[in-house]
Formats: sequence, C-alpha cells, structure tokens
Amino acid sequence: MDNKKEGKLLEVKDLKVSFFTPAGEVKAVGGISYDLNYGEVMGIVGESGSGKSVEAYSIMGLLQSPGKVIGGSITFEGEDVLAKSKEEMTDFRGKKVSMIFQNPMTCLNPVYTVGNQLVEALRAHNKDISVSDAKKRAMEMLELVGINNVEKRMKQYPHEFSGGMRQRVMIAMGLICHPQLLIADEPTTALDVTIQAQILELMKELQKKTHMGIIFITHNLGVVAEICDKVSVMYAGKIVEQGKVNDIFYSPSHPYTNGLLRSMPRVDAEEYERLIPIDGTPVDMLNPPEGCPFAPRCEHCMQICLRKMPPYFELGDGHRSACWLLAKQKSESKEAESNG
Amino acid sequence: MDDKTLLEIKNLKKYFPVKGVKGPGVQAVENVSFSIKKGETLGLVGESGCGKTTLGRTILRLYEPTSGEIIYDGKTIYSGGVNMPLLDKQGKQVLDKDGSPIMREGKKIAVDMMPYRRKMQIIFQDPSASLDPRMTVGEIIGEAIDIHKLASDKKEREEMIKSLLSRVGLNTEHANRFPHEFSGGQQQRVGIARALAVKPEFIVCDEPISALDVSIQSQIVNMLEDMQNDLGLTYLFIAHDLSVVRHISSRIGVMYLGSLVELGESYELNKHPMHPYTKTLLSAVPVPDPEISHSRQRIVLQGDIPSPMNPPKGCRFHTRCPYAKPECAESVPEFKEYDKGHWAACHLLG
Repeated sequence: MDNKKEGKLLEVKDLKVSFFTPAGEVKAVGGISYDLNYGEVMGIVGESGSGKSVEAYSIMGLLQSPGKVIGGSITFEGEDVLAKSKEEMTDFRGKKVSMIFQNPMTCLNPVYTVGNQLVEALRAHNKDISVSDAKKRAMEMLELVGINNVEKRMKQYPHEFSGGMRQRVMIAMGLICHPQLLIADEPTTALDVTIQAQILELMKELQKKTHMGIIFITHNLGVVAEICDKVSVMYAGKIVEQGKVNDIFYSPSHPYTNGLLRSMPRVDAEEYERLIPIDGTPVDMLNPPEGCPFAPRCEHCMQICLRKMPPYFELGDGHRSACWLLAKQKSESKEAESNG
Repeated sequence: MDDKTLLEIKNLKKYFPVKGVKGPGVQAVENVSFSIKKGETLGLVGESGCGKTTLGRTILRLYEPTSGEIIYDGKTIYSGGVNMPLLDKQGKQVLDKDGSPIMREGKKIAVDMMPYRRKMQIIFQDPSASLDPRMTVGEIIGEAIDIHKLASDKKEREEMIKSLLSRVGLNTEHANRFPHEFSGGQQQRVGIARALAVKPEFIVCDEPISALDVSIQSQIVNMLEDMQNDLGLTYLFIAHDLSVVRHISSRIGVMYLGSLVELGESYELNKHPMHPYTKTLLSAVPVPDPEISHSRQRIVLQGDIPSPMNPPKGCRFHTRCPYAKPECAESVPEFKEYDKGHWAACHLLG
C-alpha cells in the first residue's frame, strides 16, 4: 500500500487486567503504557506468566472470564477500543487488527479446507465481495506468504500442511483484510530454527510491503533483535523497561533486562564463559511482593525496592526504566555536580 | 577403542514399523556411529523429528535398537545385525578363495540392562510429565534408591534423599511435597535429583531446559556443569538450541533426518562448519544483538524436512541443500574425518 500514514497507531495507557479466580485476584497486567506508530514493530519480551499475552488479548477484546480489564485505556487510530460494542469489536477484529498465535494447529479449523477458512475470513468483513473474487484474493494471499501450488493447497486441510506452512496460512489469514496492526503472539516459538528463520524473513518482508504495525510477543531476545524497532520488557505484569532496540540491547538499565541478556549463551561467543543466571524463581502472581516485583531476585535490591514500586525514569529518546537504582544514580550525579 | 572411551555406538539403527505400510517404516535413526569419552559432554543438535531423542533413548535401550552395536565401558550391551568375520576353532579368521575374510552375521547380543540402569540415566524434557503426580518428591527419588537397593536402612535412605535435594538446590522439607507444588524449574531439579539418586556415570540429558523459562534455563545449565565437575559425569546433551549446546558441550554432533551429518569439537564446528546443513543451522540461530543480526548473511532453507518414512535417496539433505550436485541424489556420502576430530558426511567435501 502506498498511503503510508505517520503518527500514532495505537496508544495503551495504564492498562490494568485482572483475573478473578477462586484463590483471589491475579493482577496479570498491572498498569502498562506504551504507544506504537504506523509501520513500527514493537517487541514485548517476558517470561511465561508475565502478562504479555493477556495484554494482547485485551487489545483484541478476546479476554475471557474471569479476566477483566479494570482500568486504563486503549486507543486505536483515535478510537477508544474498550468502549466499542460487541458488534463493533467483531468488525474491528480481523479488519483493523488481527492476531497470529503460537500454535497454528489449534487455531485452524481441522474440518474446513484452508481455502474455505481464508475466504470466510475475507467475506466476514467484506459482505459485498463475491465468492470467486474472494477465492482469487485468498490465492494471492497464499502466494504472498510463499506457498506454492496454491490451487491444490486451497483445497487441502490444515493437517496436510507442515508446522511452518500452517504458520504461513495463519499469517495469510491474518493479513487478508489488510489490517493496520498485526499482533503476533510467539509466532515462531513452536517452530524449528530453520523454519523460524523463514517465517521471520517473511514477516519482515510483508511488514515492509504493507507498512503495518506489528506487536511481536516473544521470550526470545534473539528474535527481538532481529525484527523489532523497539522493545518493552515485561516482568510480573509490569513493563520494567522500554526503549529503542539498540538502547535495550546495548545499554540496558533495568537489572532484569541486564540479567536476561547476561544469562543467555550466545552462539557467536568467542570462548567459554560461565553463564550468569538470574537467581530465584518467577513471581507467584497470586501473592506478588510489595514494591518492585523483581526485588526478591535482584542483586542490587535496596530497602526501598521492597516497599515501593519505582516510577519510570526517563533516559532519553523514549528509553525508560522502572528501577530505584536510577534514582540513586541521578541523586549521586546531582551531588557530584553541586560538589564539583 | 581406548580405555578413556565410556560409550561407543556403531552403525546404530532404529526403525519403527508402521502398520499397513510396506517397507522399514519410520527410519528414525540411520547408521549413527560415535563415541563419548569419560567426563565429556557430547551435544546433539537437530530439528524436531531428526531422531535425536530416539537416538538418546535407543542408546539406553529404552527403545530396542533395530541393528548396530552399543558398547558401554568396554562391554557390548547390544549387538544385532552386525557382520563379523567367521572364525575357526583356533579363533583364526576363515578366508575365502581370494584371501579375504568370510563375513557372517554375528550373534545377537542383548544383555540384561538392570545393572546398567544404575550407570546410565536420563533427564527428560518435560519435568511435569515425567514425574508421577501421585508420588511425593521423596518417594520419587527414593524409588530409584529402593530398586537398586542402595540404602541399607531407612535412616540412610532419608539421608540420601536429603542430600540429593540439597545437591540440586531444593530444601530438604520439599521431600514431602507433590510435583504440582513446584515451578517448572524446580520440577526439573527433582528430575535431576532422581537421575542422580543411583550415582550414575552417564546421563542422557534430553532437552532438559527447553521447557523452562529463559531466566531459569541458565540456572539449570550451571547446575549440570557443576555436577559434572564434582561427580565426573559424562553427558549426552540433546537439544535443538545450538547456542546452549555449544555452551555446554565439548563436542557437537549435528543430526538431520536420522543421520549424523557432522561431528566435531564444539568451537571448531561453530567457526568452521563443513556440512551445508550445519552452516544453515548456525546462520538461523537468532543472535541477541541487533547490529550483528541485521548485518550477517543468512542462509534460509527452502521447504520442510522430508518424512523419515520415505527419506530421499542419496544424501538425505540434498532436497533442501543449496549446493546440491547430481551425485548427491544418487549415493549416500561417507561419514569421514576431514580434519583432526572433525567428521562430516558430504559429497562436496570429497
């Protein structure tokens, strides 16, 4: 598409999502904010249970009971997503924003042909389009995502496709209505590295062609480095650090980001180095610690960390981090200035 | 075979017959040979379905091999379908008219594995699926001690369980809890404690960290390394993540569709990969460094891994190989030593 729009596509402000379970309230997402411009790729990195998928589901309006958005706002192209009615959401999903999931097998319907499902996705949003036109579009889409022999493939069922091919079908289905935003929830986690490389290349290429925004959810920092323009690092339902991809990788300021980067063995390392793990275990979301959620595992933990959640400290150019260490550094540098 | 070698496998094959299909069925492991030295870690990498897990289990005879030899600590624990020179009564080779030894299929050997189960253990990929949900952690670890009668009385048994738990970084009170009360990382620690309970020499680590969170993975890797240093263990480390395998292994074997395509020293293999598949695999691993990942050249393979039910003729990789020549489709390349300790199977190197 030529009409490359500029500016803000999506704005999430102080979003809070809780799950009301019999055991108590689980604050899966505890107030996160970010914005995404047209044509930008943002990575959300975090471990399992950090709330990264829940956050994406709430943008799509796919949160299921007992999950509930309890605060904050989601604005998409100036419209309030949370205020939309059920019918408006149905129109919004797939047309404006679409999503691809981790396991393509469970997301494709096993009893319909792939062609059938693609046509259905298109006709659900374009009531006027004829079946034969829809089929043509579906075939174009399959070709675009690198599937050969489309005439035959259209008539096949999901089980006749390999894992990588199914993920391509999912991407084709996601993009068939030309959405402005694609949410990719761990799209390559279930795939082998060589297939992962294929899918990443494909997504990069399609992103350039269509100028869509992508939210890329993953736990793999290597994938983030490859495809994303900016990154939000999530821990226990909070964004602990966000910024441009280079800032996050070359000057991480949150101990969790730092720890993640240090704990990974690298395939390009010159010689053997012992890994530096992050001690402790992930947070129990039913009983999160008071103060900074990472404090119990943090090697720089201070008194204040255990009592109070740190605010964001701006580090310039959209790079911000929620850690009391930065307050300490700031006050120290101020002291040094006044003394000097 | 020198006395430093702990385990050797020769031309090991494992086929799974498929009902209603003619032919050998799924050819999961095809002619794999290697040896592991005492105290070393041999890493095995490859994509899903390449037979690395099957190979690990076949070595332990959790799956009965189709043919080949497994030699553990100098003793043959399996031999089947192997041609041996025919010997006369004096133990001399019988020669035919041309003077070459007559080969006959050797006797099938399949020893009782019970004494070897103590020496060879396995850590599984999914800790929650490999621990019995109805047994406490103490019972899970204690069961191994009971089976091999390693404790003389109840008190010693308790002591052993406690020391194993603290060895893997768990509290001694955890013995009374059930697996579901633990996080994934802790469950994997229980799985490791269970493997350690019989004081093994050799452990097959079958993707021990791929089900764990990123921040926990390095804890487990470090623990496996410490255990190796303290107890002199030998590992066969199976994983699909090349960066982890390279970190922990002294040597790496690369598998593709049931065959070993390359074997070499870990750093050597990374710096100078010989086989095109190893090159692709290395270039496909994402590097957590934006500048490197944007600048480096990547070989993207076309297509998917073929079915092991009906593997391609000749070199099994030729259907996806960017450098394939006509002869690759015709004959199977020999697995040869091209550099000291660096083996590969590829016609292009010949």
